Amino acid sequence: MAQAAVETFDPQAALRAQVRWRLIEIVFWVATLLPFFVADTYLVLASQIAIMALFALSLDLIVGYSGLISLGHAAFYGFGAYTAGLLSKWGWGEPITGLLAAGVASMILGYLTSFIIVRISHFALIMVTLGLGLLLYELANKAHWLTGGDDGLQGMDVWPIFGVFRFDLYGYTAYGYSLAVLFISFLILRRLINSPFGLSLRGLRENPRRMPAIGAPSKHRIQVVYTIAATFAGIAGGLIAQTTSFVALNVLSFQTSADILVMLILGGAGRLYGGIIGVIIFLIARDQLAGMNPQYWYFWLGLLLVLVIVFLPNGILGGLAQLLSRGKKRGAS
Amino acid sequence: MTARIVSLLFDGFAYGMLLFVLSVGLSVTLGLMNFVNLAHGSFAMIGGYVTVMLMRSWGVPFFATLPFAFLAAAVAAVILERVLYRRMYRAGELDQALLTIGIVFISVASAAYLFGTTQQPVELPAYLRGRIVFGDFSFGVYRLFLVCAALLIMVIVVLGLDYTRFGAQIRASVDNQRMARGLGINVDRVFSLTFAIGSGLAGLGGAMAIEVVGLDPNFGLKYLVYMLIVVAVGGLASIRGAFVTAAMLGIIDIFSKYFVPEIGAFVLYAVMIGLLVWRPAGLFARR
Repeated sequence: MAQAAVETFDPQAALRAQVRWRLIEIVFWVATLLPFFVADTYLVLASQIAIMALFALSLDLIVGYSGLISLGHAAFYGFGAYTAGLLSKWGWGEPITGLLAAGVASMILGYLTSFIIVRISHFALIMVTLGLGLLLYELANKAHWLTGGDDGLQGMDVWPIFGVFRFDLYGYTAYGYSLAVLFISFLILRRLINSPFGLSLRGLRENPRRMPAIGAPSKHRIQVVYTIAATFAGIAGGLIAQTTSFVALNVLSFQTSADILVMLILGGAGRLYGGIIGVIIFLIARDQLAGMNPQYWYFWLGLLLVLVIVFLPNGILGGLAQLLSRGKKRGAS
Repeated sequence: MTARIVSLLFDGFAYGMLLFVLSVGLSVTLGLMNFVNLAHGSFAMIGGYVTVMLMRSWGVPFFATLPFAFLAAAVAAVILERVLYRRMYRAGELDQALLTIGIVFISVASAAYLFGTTQQPVELPAYLRGRIVFGDFSFGVYRLFLVCAALLIMVIVVLGLDYTRFGAQIRASVDNQRMARGLGINVDRVFSLTFAIGSGLAGLGGAMAIEVVGLDPNFGLKYLVYMLIVVAVGGLASIRGAFVTAAMLGIIDIFSKYFVPEIGAFVLYAVMIGLLVWRPAGLFARR
């Protein structure tokens, strides 16, 4: 019986099944349009969620799909934010090219640092990613003449998108813009994850020693995925700069790196939607609890993190998937 | 100028010794047990608050509070180890790091809730204040005390690991858990105790650090980076490595703050990244 199952296994069909759009995905993306109609007082928050979701997706490439660790992903996010911010401050406020510039700048930074990343692993990798993040934070902090240091980068002038859609106070344009960028990036990343390249990344995550043995150049792939992740983090950073017309030094801080990692793990790493769900839960909870002392927020966040790591190793989405499959089995038997 | 440099060197060395006491426990738990414990700084903070509270509420002398700082951190560590950490020994670095970051968040919030967010100063006894003068040079008494205490701790830890029965049990449990179990070593108990001692040393360091760097709820996060640098650069599980790195780190930090304050911690991070890329396992790695 088991043998028959093996014989009928068709890898191409299995892969195709992964690529196919499921109904729930389509429902999800249609639902992202809802804030325009039902909750337009929350559009600013929605826009922030869309941006952080893109940031979380980029981290998922590294942490979830390639099995690497990064405690300094904010470096690329912040680098993109400052690139977009400085461009518009210096007189080029066109948003889309500014965003591309942010992506390219972070891509270059990511490519350069990827040479360091592939050389090390485990604890040293934690330390080096942490160190790179702190290094960039210190640089931005000390380069007051360029970045405004602690006070943040002020005086940005972002032009309307396509020369038509002005960034308004309520966040209509901001959310539409962020959502569009998130969706396009999501399509690209989804395609990437389901490509043979994406499959080889998962192979690296599962067994970093065997992949080179079956002919996949692991170092090169890690460099490529790290660069891609940096690019999208930079785009997310560019978005936050353009939609808020401000860059706070905070974008480069360890707190940002830790927050995004927490959101990703909360939702479930290595499953595309995990990061998005984590971001939605994290930011809405923080928004609702904002009236509380921020210190208490960190208490609950810490508790939640501990519980998720101990009881839901694959995050909330992973836990849901487990529940579903258990329910299906019970239904079948 | 010479006097200035010598006194800076001494201050840097004393600061480094403080970092050594704070991080030596992390070097043991991270290096020997392969557990990424980012909450190490929180145990140091527990020690600090115990000392502050004992001195302020009951007027206990500074030296008499130190054993309690050690014990409080050790007990907290044993409880956490039993309840949470034990399940995570086999998990990946990322899960360990995140779990312990969660604990750091909880500890920061709890400390702020219990003790407020302000700095907690302590009044040192008179014989620990003041300076000793040798001709042109003068040294702070408290810093001399830090240096002596750190040297003593270093000797005890190294001798304890290399020459006692318990030290041999630790090394055996780490090298080959199954074999150690087979030989009748109670590995779980060894790990618990090791963890307790390592965290207790952090508590001691936290108590000794108040006078030099202050104490507030963010202590656990603020000095975590320094502790991690000491352990990572010194080489996991190398007590001597941690000692040398801590001394270097203290001196570099004090010198860069004095001579090139505008660059700040930049030098430190750059040096750390360079060293780690050059020798990923640390300068004095055993393996």
